[in-house]
This record gives sequence, structure tokens and C-alpha cells, in this order.
Amino acid sequence: MHDELKPIAEGGLLDRRFFLKKGLTFTSIAWLAPSAMAEAVRSDAMTAPGRALSNYGNPSNHENKVIRWTMGNAAAPGNGVSWTPLHALEGMITPNGLHFERHHNGVPDIDPDNHRLLIHGLVNRALVFKIEDLLRYPMTSRYCFIECGGNSNAGWHTEPMQTEAGYFHGMASCSEWTGVPVKILFDEAGIKGRAKWVIAEGADASMMSISLPLEKLLDDCLLAFYQNGERIRPENGYPVRLLVPGWEGVLNVKWLRRLRLTNRPVMARNETAKYTELLPNGKAEQFSFVMGVKSLITRPSYGQQLTKPGLYEIIGLAWSGHGKIVKVEVSADGGKSWAEAQLQEPVLSRCFTRFRIPWQWEGKKAVLKSRAIDDQGNQQPERHELIQAKGKHGYFHYHAIVSWAIADDGSVSHVYA
Amino acid sequence: MSMRKTLLFFFSVCWSLAGSAESSPDLGQKAPGDFLKQGNYDVFPDGEGLPEGLGNARQGEAIYSQHCQTCHGLKGEGGSAEELAGALHGLTDNPPDKTIGTYWPYATTLFDFIRRSMPLSAPGSLTNDQLYAVTAYLLYINHIIKSEDEISAKTLPRITMPNHDGFINVFDGQE
Repeated sequence: MHDELKPIAEGGLLDRRFFLKKGLTFTSIAWLAPSAMAEAVRSDAMTAPGRALSNYGNPSNHENKVIRWTMGNAAAPGNGVSWTPLHALEGMITPNGLHFERHHNGVPDIDPDNHRLLIHGLVNRALVFKIEDLLRYPMTSRYCFIECGGNSNAGWHTEPMQTEAGYFHGMASCSEWTGVPVKILFDEAGIKGRAKWVIAEGADASMMSISLPLEKLLDDCLLAFYQNGERIRPENGYPVRLLVPGWEGVLNVKWLRRLRLTNRPVMARNETAKYTELLPNGKAEQFSFVMGVKSLITRPSYGQQLTKPGLYEIIGLAWSGHGKIVKVEVSADGGKSWAEAQLQEPVLSRCFTRFRIPWQWEGKKAVLKSRAIDDQGNQQPERHELIQAKGKHGYFHYHAIVSWAIADDGSVSHVYA
Repeated sequence: MSMRKTLLFFFSVCWSLAGSAESSPDLGQKAPGDFLKQGNYDVFPDGEGLPEGLGNARQGEAIYSQHCQTCHGLKGEGGSAEELAGALHGLTDNPPDKTIGTYWPYATTLFDFIRRSMPLSAPGSLTNDQLYAVTAYLLYINHIIKSEDEISAKTLPRITMPNHDGFINVFDGQE
């Protein structure tokens, strides 16, 4: 057996550099292979003109199962959630049409010419901005995930829910967001010394508000206008949303119309009745903004099928609201032994990080897990550790290790292990 | 890591990112006073932001049955939308019973949220008197006030909710 084929952990996990080494060999063989293609009959696509040009592209018809899974209130279809199909995607960027959604009362159709952003409260000058004016400000981009505070909360269920990884953990998506640092606009308005909090409010039918610490807004928050290079889509807050890197999705207010500087939080519904975590002693944690360190194997995962024993690449995503991912470890024996996965560059703060590790599946039962560690020393907990620390009724901020069981026949199910 | 460290880290990152006041094209326009007034829906626990008007639970029951009951159910339970009242047990039970009466820390939040977001089919359509009345009704079915109690800008902030002390501020408290 070659050195690189020796497992570095139980269950057949191989050195993360294995594919890198082997890749060259595969490539050279491909170059030397006889040109069978030359004799092949031309396919239909090669014998007739294709479709005309289009103004805006769509995915292949053959990919029509890669969709958001939506769940709305039957009595109010605009009140619900859609999940990103993380299990079907690669890389670190979520396509704009697949970014998760949470709406309380539908997606508003906002004409940017009629939209205004108001900055007021504890400022020297209350200011109102037109969108066309805001677009003239100096902008910056950052790659950043947004994750709903309630993402993965089926993990608290007593029995492991059997559903695709994205339809369980896909209230998290990652984009390149471009916009104006909030600090520039606050400086223009002039912050009064007593200001400590900011109330942000959206311009949809629900018009919900939420309070954020002023320090965070001055630090790294953006008024985002662009997502992955194009203007933000209506379901993600067109014409402008707040981007609050690493913090609960609910703070990233869409259709932003107002920022009010205050000396105290307003105690809105979404910082009291919701987005607070009930502990076993009956008290609830409030203003628990930062999304914890998390990872998830997306392939293989529930609903996928290993066809035959052999070499596979395990892939997944890791992210942390605290900072950068520094390490992801993978286990193929239910957590008894671990091997370090390859982190794919770029590895950025508060951003999805793609990890990969080669795996030799021998056609036997296995339990796959991944655990992430960030640059602030936070380590993703096992499920029982999270429950021990927070109980079972926190509802928000579930970020425990996810376990997938591989059966003898190669089918994949979700287990608590 | 401690919040202080987190913030230090944030500040160091933002220093390079956010620029300075001089980099602003300075395009904000002075917000007209009436725009500020109209645009301000915030209601704080001390009552700041509450408008004039009043209502009681008896009046509120009629508004509730017309605008809220289809989704929230009779007397705030059993509907397709979340449970508002009728908790059978408390927050330390398994599972906990979270309602306005057992969980919400401030009565003012009710008025703030209903005025913003409800009813889903026509948000913003209730008058201030109707908003106070339906707020009163929700407090009444949670056994917090009596059916004849008048709820207004004066009385609403004085109500101490059963779970007023149930929250730990982990942002300010974290160190």
C-alpha cells in the first residue's frame, strides 16, 4: 500500500493532501489515453444550433431539483422560511436565487426612487438619504455568511430528523456583499455621546424593528446594496439591507428604512419573545448575537447514496460568527478518532469555509462527523455537550456536531451519535 | 473570548474598512420634522413612543375575533399562528409553555409589535384605540389585567409582566 493510501484515522480517512498528490498522476494518464472521443458519433447538441442568447441566465433544466425548500403559513403564504440546498452546492458562495429567506409578511416590491433611509435619534443632525445618493458613497465588499438564529433548531428534537442537510441547516447562506460602511453615515450625522444602541427597521408589511449595539455598527456593518455582484434581490432586502457580519440573521434587517440611535434597546418582539434562549432554570439569554462555530458534512449526507466501495471525497462547510475557521476535523468512526480536513482557500472571517478530506469506504457501516474550531478558540460542541450547557429548549443557536450514519448498502441517515 | 477582546478585534478590522468622516460625500439631507414624527413607531418599556388613545379587553375581544382569531385561535390558542395565551404550565417544564403571559417581559412590546405588523392581511389598519383594546384583551386572556381595565399610554408601561425578570442580558453581561 502506498503511504498516501494509509488511513490517518479509523474508518478509512486519508491524508487531506492525498488528492493533491494523486491528481498529477490522474492528469497524466488522461493525456496519454487513446482518443476514443474522435470516433464517437456527434450528439444532438453537436449537430444542431443551440438556444439563442438570453438577457439573464438560468440554471440547466437538468438541475431543477436544486431548489430552496419553502415552508409558509397556509393562511399567510408570505409568512415563512426557505432553506438553501447546502447538500447540493459546492464552494463557499450561495447562488443568489438560493439564498435562504425568512419573511414575516411577504416580499415587498420597493421602487428605489421612492425609498428613503432615515438616520436619527441621538445624532447632531437627523438625516434622510435617497438610494441614488447612497450609491455614490465609497463602498467595500466582504464575503460573509448570514445565518438565522433559529437555523438547525430541529437538532433539539428528541429523534434525529431525516431530511436533506440543506433543509435542516440551510437557513445559512454565504455571499459577497457590497455596500457602504454604516460608520461613514453615522459620522456624517454626528453621534451623540449617550448613544449606545441602534434600532433598525424594515420597510415591508411587517415593519419589524430590532436593537443592535452601536459598537458593532461602527465596527464592521455595511449598508449592503449588492449581493454577489448584482443588486440585492427583493427577497434579500432590495434596495438596501443591513449586513451584520457573524451575528444572528434577524439583525441583518432587509428593506432598511430607519436607523435610530438610542441609549437603550427598544425591547422589540424579536429581542424578547423571540431570539432569546430559554435555559433549564427558566431564565432566558437575551442579546446573544454571535452565531457559534459550526460545521456540517454536506457530502455524503442524508438522502445521498454511496454506490460502491472505493474512494470518496467528504466535503462540508464550516463557519463561525466569532472569526475565522482554523481547523475542521472529520471522524468516520462516530467520533472515536479524528483526521484533519483540508480547508479550501480563501478562509475568511465570518464566512463559509469549504473543507475536504479523502475517504476510502470499505462498504461497511460508518458514522461521519465533522467538528470546527475558530481562531478565537471556540470548538463546535457535541450534541450532548450543547444540551448539557443550554438544555433542550433554547430553540435558537443550535450549532452541535452533526452525525451521518452510512449503512452497509451505502445509504445515509441522520443519527445522534 | 471576552466581549472586550471581540470589540477590540472589531475595531481593528473596521479601522481599515470604514474610512473617516472626511471620506463621506455628505449627501444626507436634513430630515424634516414631520417625516421624523411619522416615521417613528418605536415604543419603549417606559412608554416612550406610545400614542394617545385607550381601550379595554371587552372592546378588544370584538377586534380580536374579527382580525386575529382566524390565525391565532379562540382566546389566543389552537390556531395556525403562534400561541398567545392559555399556558398550562411554566418555563421550566418539559416542554416549556411559552405565551405572552409566561414569557414576554414587557407589555409595551405588545403594542409596538401589533401596531407594526398586525393584522397580517392589513397591517397599519387598526386605530390607536383599537390597538390599545386588543392589547388589553391579550393581557386579559393571560390573566394580567381585568376585563374593564383601561389601557393607555399612561397605564400600559405600569404593567409588570409575570416574566419581567426572566432574562439575562448576555451582551452587556459578558466579560
